[in-house]
Amino acid sequence: MRANTLIQAYERMALIRAYENTVVSLAGQHRLPGTCTSIGQEASAVGVVSALSSDDLILTNHRSAGHLLARGADPARMLAEVMGKSGGYCGGKSGSLHISSKELGVVLTSTIVGGELSLVTGVALARTMLGQAGVVACFFGDGAACQGRFHESLNLAAVWKLPILYVCENNQWQAFVHRQETMLADGVVGHAAGHGIGGSRVDGMDVEAVREAAEHAISRIRETGAPHLLEVMTYRLRGHFEPDDQAYVDPAELARWRARDPLVLLRRRLIESGMADEADLDRIDVEVGVRLDRAVGVADASPYPERRELTSDVYA
Amino acid sequence: MSKKSYRQAINEALAQEMRRDPTVIVMGEDNVGGMGAPGEDDAWGGVLGVTKGLMPEFGRDRVLDTPITESAFIGAAVGAAATGLRPVAELMFVDFLGVCFDQIFNQAAKFRYMFGGKAVTPVVIRTMYGAGFRAASQHSQCLYPIFTHIPGLKVVVPSSAYEAKGLLIQSIRDNDPVIFLEHKVLYDEIEEVPDEPYTIPFGEANLTREGDHVTIVALGRMVGFANKAADMLEKEGITCTVVDPRTTSPLDEDTIIEAVEDTGRLVVVDEASPRCGMAADISALVAQSAFKALKAPILMVTPPHTPVPFAPELEDAYIPTPDKIADAVRRVMA
Ligand SMILES: Cc1ncc(C[n+]2csc(CCOP(=O)(O)OP(=O)(O)O)c2C)c(N)n1
Ligand SMILES: [Mg+2]
Repeated sequence: MRANTLIQAYERMALIRAYENTVVSLAGQHRLPGTCTSIGQEASAVGVVSALSSDDLILTNHRSAGHLLARGADPARMLAEVMGKSGGYCGGKSGSLHISSKELGVVLTSTIVGGELSLVTGVALARTMLGQAGVVACFFGDGAACQGRFHESLNLAAVWKLPILYVCENNQWQAFVHRQETMLADGVVGHAAGHGIGGSRVDGMDVEAVREAAEHAISRIRETGAPHLLEVMTYRLRGHFEPDDQAYVDPAELARWRARDPLVLLRRRLIESGMADEADLDRIDVEVGVRLDRAVGVADASPYPERRELTSDVYA
Repeated sequence: MSKKSYRQAINEALAQEMRRDPTVIVMGEDNVGGMGAPGEDDAWGGVLGVTKGLMPEFGRDRVLDTPITESAFIGAAVGAAATGLRPVAELMFVDFLGVCFDQIFNQAAKFRYMFGGKAVTPVVIRTMYGAGFRAASQHSQCLYPIFTHIPGLKVVVPSSAYEAKGLLIQSIRDNDPVIFLEHKVLYDEIEEVPDEPYTIPFGEANLTREGDHVTIVALGRMVGFANKAADMLEKEGITCTVVDPRTTSPLDEDTIIEAVEDTGRLVVVDEASPRCGMAADISALVAQSAFKALKAPILMVTPPHTPVPFAPELEDAYIPTPDKIADAVRRVMA
């Protein structure tokens, strides 16, 4: 990847990390309810989303902050949402669990695990029938991939030839249960062949690799119109939600993955290749920190929704 | 007798029934948790810790962690119940009913009837419901009216720790499918609970207090709120009877009707949406069977007919409160 693309990726990943750390600390102060953070999965979000073009759509789940920020979401509006403020992306009615934003093309978010897998086929069908170009990316977890509707969705998308990029973020955990307790296969990519669609797996801690794999998959989808399953091997470096002390996590496994923290890997890569030096990256970290501080201020200043909002948008 | 939380009471009921009957098994997401590593006892014990300690005592054969596949494991619990086990399956949030309803209402609820009385399905589905957790529209609903609507399901809504233990033991010993709904905001509520096992029969309402002026029928978390309202009203010279039906199916119609006949006034409090809910159902029952006793129109205290909002201010405005209940009582007295 070219230097400026990779530095941009670093900026985005640092923004996601800073956002999530901010949410963690605000949750610790009881200024907002605990959320499902995406710490450790920044390369997956940025690698895939940066490979999409602006008219592609995204569906995501409860662990969506990285996808939204990678797509250019305003951290102030996200924080406002998570605080239940009227300035949030959903006017404070969603909270962190299912932030959607039409203007960002993050069209439907479900905190019912697997919900996005049911919906995505329709989103892609609508695009196709309305003659709109572009692919639909659907993010879901390894837990969702154990569900029947994962298979139903893949099968339908294959039969209907829908331009869907299925992105399984295999972060090794399904709430408080380890992936190896819920599936015998070593992952989910193998299911692609069973449904007669393309599949690939990528190291989710390496943003360049993710971006390349996503680009490759997207160009296949654009050429053939058929869906593709991309499995991103990553790790949930924090708990399922806040607070969660991760006492159930094997410390050796956690340490192994921590050593491959995507931000650390990217930093090393940028410095070793001479694309950036330590000071450049430190400056980015500082800028991102300032941006987040400002975002907290904006979110804090946003008013709570008016009482009448309780019954607005109710039609039946 | 000792002080126990709602959570501990449920946990104790599960443990005591598992000790008594080897066919009782527990399954659900995160019921144990962790990595399945040897020596690792109870990593999580349910998302809110209700099943903690069961795996170390009963082993992984009887305390099963499932994938996030409600459709598969609720179906498995129903199938196992129909063929010899007594599974207690945990549907983490009642909102997830949406992905496993067929197994419950087309299958479990119908077996005994449609197989000509030859099938029994002693399954218990424990599930967490209710608003107040800042968990937004997909994790805060109060869906017991949906279960109550289906013939063939028994529906239990325990209002306190004492109630929870006795009703859960009853549920596990019952030979029919039981939906056992735990309010997520009640888990830390503490009261005196007997240490030994005991049962509370279904279809027998509990009068938590008796008064002269107004009957308040309330369910689940709302029972405590109704009693708070009644405490406030006592200072104003209004005394209330508070009826906790305990089970919405079967419903103790007689006790509700008698209580209304005594006071002549009815306020029904329900945390579920107002349309086709228990408040409407109980109001219709009383209008049909005790109309002559009524001195004032029946009032329902429910949330507005909306999804549950996330914003804390809006969520607080959504949930019925002791103040709103007291207001309704004053209005039927006016
Ligand atoms: C149908 C359903 N079942 C259970 C849950 C509770 N829950 C929320 S997230 C989660 C874990 C999801 O695991 P995975 O799909 O791997 O996604 P991850 O959280 O790891 O990103 C669970 C069990 C839910 N929200 N919806
Ligand atoms: Mg996962």
